[in-house]
Amino acid sequence: MYDVEKVRADFPILERMVGDKKLVYLDNAATSQKPRQVLEALNEYYTEHNANIHRGTHRLAEEATAAYEGAREKVARFLGAPDFRGLIFTRGTTESINLVAYAWGRKNLREGDEVVLTEAEHHSNLVPWQLAARATGAKLRFVPVREDGALDMEAAERLIGSRTKLVGCIHASNVLGTINPVERLAELAHEAGALMLVDGAQSAPHLPMNVEELGCDFFACSGHKMLGPTGVGVLCGRPEILEEMDPFLGGGEMIREVHLDHSTWNDLPYKFEAGTMNIAQAVGLGAAVDYLNELGMENVREHERRLGKYAYRRLSEIEGITIYGPKEDRTGLISFALPDVHPHDISQLLDEEGIAIRSGHHCTQPLMRRLGTVATARASFYLYNTEEEVDRLADALVRVREFFGAFA
Amino acid sequence: MMRELYTQIIMDHYKRPRNQGEIEGPDIEEHLLNPLCGDEITVYAVFDGDRVSDVKFTGRGCSISQASASMMTERLKGTSREEAEKEIKGFKAMMVGEMEFPETDDLAALKGVVQYPSRIKCATLSWTAFQNGMNEEDGS
Repeated sequence: MYDVEKVRADFPILERMVGDKKLVYLDNAATSQKPRQVLEALNEYYTEHNANIHRGTHRLAEEATAAYEGAREKVARFLGAPDFRGLIFTRGTTESINLVAYAWGRKNLREGDEVVLTEAEHHSNLVPWQLAARATGAKLRFVPVREDGALDMEAAERLIGSRTKLVGCIHASNVLGTINPVERLAELAHEAGALMLVDGAQSAPHLPMNVEELGCDFFACSGHKMLGPTGVGVLCGRPEILEEMDPFLGGGEMIREVHLDHSTWNDLPYKFEAGTMNIAQAVGLGAAVDYLNELGMENVREHERRLGKYAYRRLSEIEGITIYGPKEDRTGLISFALPDVHPHDISQLLDEEGIAIRSGHHCTQPLMRRLGTVATARASFYLYNTEEEVDRLADALVRVREFFGAFA
Repeated sequence: MMRELYTQIIMDHYKRPRNQGEIEGPDIEEHLLNPLCGDEITVYAVFDGDRVSDVKFTGRGCSISQASASMMTERLKGTSREEAEKEIKGFKAMMVGEMEFPETDDLAALKGVVQYPSRIKCATLSWTAFQNGMNEEDGS
């Protein structure tokens, strides 16, 4: 049985007050809070093991290296990656996708080639490809988002073809909560001889994950959205593809042999890890993954599914509210709008009740245009949120409506 | 708390914005986007000699940005270029706490925004648009 109160006790920040109100943290799609276990792992690393990794021949360097490489194996297992050589630590999803767009894209894309993305992409899986397209002459094509928030898969079948070199898709939408059929897109991509990249920033924290089953060639996610520290993320790629790619950043550690006029590259994954890495953060992410495994991702998903359903029902009761995205099969986040109240005003008024939500374009300006708006309010849930907190949100939204209505 | 920021005056300007709309053939037409939230505003102005004879705005945004734009149009109408420049600089100084708000003007209602740094950009958006418009006019 999933005991949410026991989970909450592991998150010290959930005890804090905002003014005289107890914090209700519903901005988890932006970043999650961290359990004591992660904070302690960071503290222990810096207090007892801190050293630079791989090159030192002293005790601390060996301990630090073991902690860092241990974290790599934990994260690889968590994502279902069969080969830890394909697990590259980055700064986050954005850097992971940029790595592919530069190191794979610039080498392999040519004029006439196409990269197929969707209208629902976060800017992090759009702008790197715009830059790669500009540098290579390749073209970007977009799978449309239907009225109900789902991808138009018939259009996807038409768009993905012989010109397609890569298909990129956000796994779970950070605005709509839609879980996209990336397995099917991967099939279509592979039938066309293209590669498949999955942006897992909003799925890895919330769904049981297996990159092999997804069938993708690249999978990117961020540590800080899944209980880990900021500054660490992951690119999980097929080693045989990563081998053929050019390096991304040049410098220390990523080399085998350096001459004044040329160099050769280190083995995977080190070829893509130039300079001193985010060692402590990676160790912290390892601890986060341990924590998630302890809870069980099936249980986390079930908790969020139930909470999301409850939230959808409670918010639907509010007069005049618009809820974006599908009704069923969604992750635990809800984007919404109230008539005549701007999302910024909603989040400001909720803040005064201690409730943290996000408002704005959520780094998805093209999707906002598709939805016919410039901004939405978004409440996003995680494994420590409760029905009681959903009630506080719903009740506060009714007061926001009344407050703005009073000035009509 | 809620009432401190969202005063009657702000809500009145938000619900009944003054000088909302377009101006045909304006001397200034400046479109500005708040990159933080995607809100947008277009400010129009015509000059009669050196005087601002009309100011209007269109766009969508939060109560703070819309109310502030509405107040700006009232404040700048009838001013000379130099006075308008001074008003804009003064307003921006107020928003960062470097100048007192005029007590008898609607602008005083925006005082509460100063405590919310993330919202200051909302309040200054239309004023910056007007300023950019004047600068471009000088340059052309």
